[in-house]
Amino acid sequence: MDVFLEAFREAFNLLVSGDPYLWQIIGRSLQVSGLAVVLGLLAGIPLGTWLGLARFPGRGLAVALVNTGLALPPVVVGLFVYILLSRQGPLGNLGWLYTPSAMIAAQFVLAAPYVGAITLAAVQSVPPELRLQARALGASRWQALLLHLREARLSLMAAVAAGFGAVVSEVGAVMMVGGNVLGETRVITTAIVLETRRGRFATAMALGLILLAIAFAANAFITRVQQAQPRRRRPLTS
Amino acid sequence: MAQVNGSSAMDPLLRGEGLIRSYGDRCVVDVDSIEVRGGEVLAVLGPNGAGKSTLMRLLAGLEPPDGGRLFYKGRQVQKHDRSLRRASAAVLQSPYLWRGTVFQNVEYGMKLRRVPGAERKARVRAALEMLDVSGLAETPVDTLSGGEAQRVALARALVLEPEILFLDEPTADLDVTVRRRMLADLERILGHAASSIVLITHDPGEAFALADRLAVLEEGRVVQTGTPADIFEAPATEFVASFTGAEFMLNGSVEKVEHDTVIVRLDSGHSLEVVGECDASRRVRVAYRPEDVVIGPPDSPATSARNRIAATVARIHPQGGLVRLRLESDGLSLEVVITRHSLKNLRLRVGTAVVAQVKATAFHIFPL
Repeated sequence: MDVFLEAFREAFNLLVSGDPYLWQIIGRSLQVSGLAVVLGLLAGIPLGTWLGLARFPGRGLAVALVNTGLALPPVVVGLFVYILLSRQGPLGNLGWLYTPSAMIAAQFVLAAPYVGAITLAAVQSVPPELRLQARALGASRWQALLLHLREARLSLMAAVAAGFGAVVSEVGAVMMVGGNVLGETRVITTAIVLETRRGRFATAMALGLILLAIAFAANAFITRVQQAQPRRRRPLTS
Repeated sequence: MAQVNGSSAMDPLLRGEGLIRSYGDRCVVDVDSIEVRGGEVLAVLGPNGAGKSTLMRLLAGLEPPDGGRLFYKGRQVQKHDRSLRRASAAVLQSPYLWRGTVFQNVEYGMKLRRVPGAERKARVRAALEMLDVSGLAETPVDTLSGGEAQRVALARALVLEPEILFLDEPTADLDVTVRRRMLADLERILGHAASSIVLITHDPGEAFALADRLAVLEEGRVVQTGTPADIFEAPATEFVASFTGAEFMLNGSVEKVEHDTVIVRLDSGHSLEVVGECDASRRVRVAYRPEDVVIGPPDSPATSARNRIAATVARIHPQGGLVRLRLESDGLSLEVVITRHSLKNLRLRVGTAVVAQVKATAFHIFPL
């Protein structure tokens, strides 16, 4: 039990002491995962909406592929992005390997299918007649689509949570393409691996607790938004 | 005819010509011609699956037809033309309210039309008052009852003051009591609305109560249009007659034609006088409405009705405040609807002998 108590104490000390090592790692984690999720949303929401609402030959296969994306092993994604960005790879001239950009790219590949699959389910849960009703009141196709997405917003928040959860706790892909370079590509998960290898379990545990706290805070925020309902004020009619 | 901006004073507000819509191999709508006139309530009446809602979507410009043309105020409605949709509003069968309050729902269409906030507020209040739901403005829609939700959906469309209001089965999802109240309110609201109304319904009672004109739809085709009196008194086809409440008798043959009267010898041997036109010797089917048959004791004095049939009561079937009787007369069955009061006064029981009298105008003949 001592090691757990020590971990809590260490985590608290690290946080209150304003340790630049720690805050630099947290900052990099939030930057990489945050940007990856934003990009994942930009790609996944249109993709999921299109797959959820459009009807075209091969749609079933496309849906199956997106759903398969939920089970993508981070290490395989890391390998795929590594090959793409390696000097001999098709995107090698970008020079992104072992930079935060490579980590964002890898995490984007992990986050986009999550966002796409959950968006797909979310838009399909809204009756299509709702868009027809909006158009029957004068809405354009885009205005009706926006209303449809607004109706699905609670489930779409789950897409944000799932996307963030998929990437912030991931280690395999960022380790492969980022290299865990101090001050450059070291994030919380790769730091935990490193500290564990060094035998500094307390520091590793402290970083783990901070990671959990970040995940908890993000999900708590999203849950709060999801659960927000319009206030009910119902004056008596008779 | 004077032409103003491509339209004329004689043009109907909305006209569909040769409208066709298919889903896969199945043709759902195939309407040669249908029109909505200014200020009228047009009921599109037909059974489930007749293509009523699809026709409504075509007329409202919500769905493009596979063939045919739509004219709004004399101008052809093109594919991406929003003028018709901006001038009209439709209420679908289920209310389809979106998350938020009643107020937010009702103001939706006005926001799309960039109506200023103060005006929106005033118009929402007026629309909710008209529908008797003014106390619900700030209520989240997911707490409304079915009747309240339908009223809010109606307010959401009426608040736009549309030139044409499409109502798809506005009372179909409501229970009997709420439906009755909603119908009464609809009668009041539609009577005062400046809009033309296209009412989609499978209920002849609703159509006859609310409409100025009816278009009866059978398997995607308009089989008769006319006033409720036209449809009721002179149904054009067997389908229209039966769908609007007529009962069918046995088949027969035209025995004689005299001016406007046709003598029909039924296969049961009974002879009927029917006002109508038909070639002599044609095989025909004769229809009538149960409420047009007057019954009395066997010694009842003769009335102006030209058909008098002696029969006995074979079955008594109470239906709410009314009673449906089946009369039998030497192989001929007649369905009759009377009040409970009449049943009691006439002391009718199964086996009681009666005489049924039916006017020649109450029968309708359809060539086979």
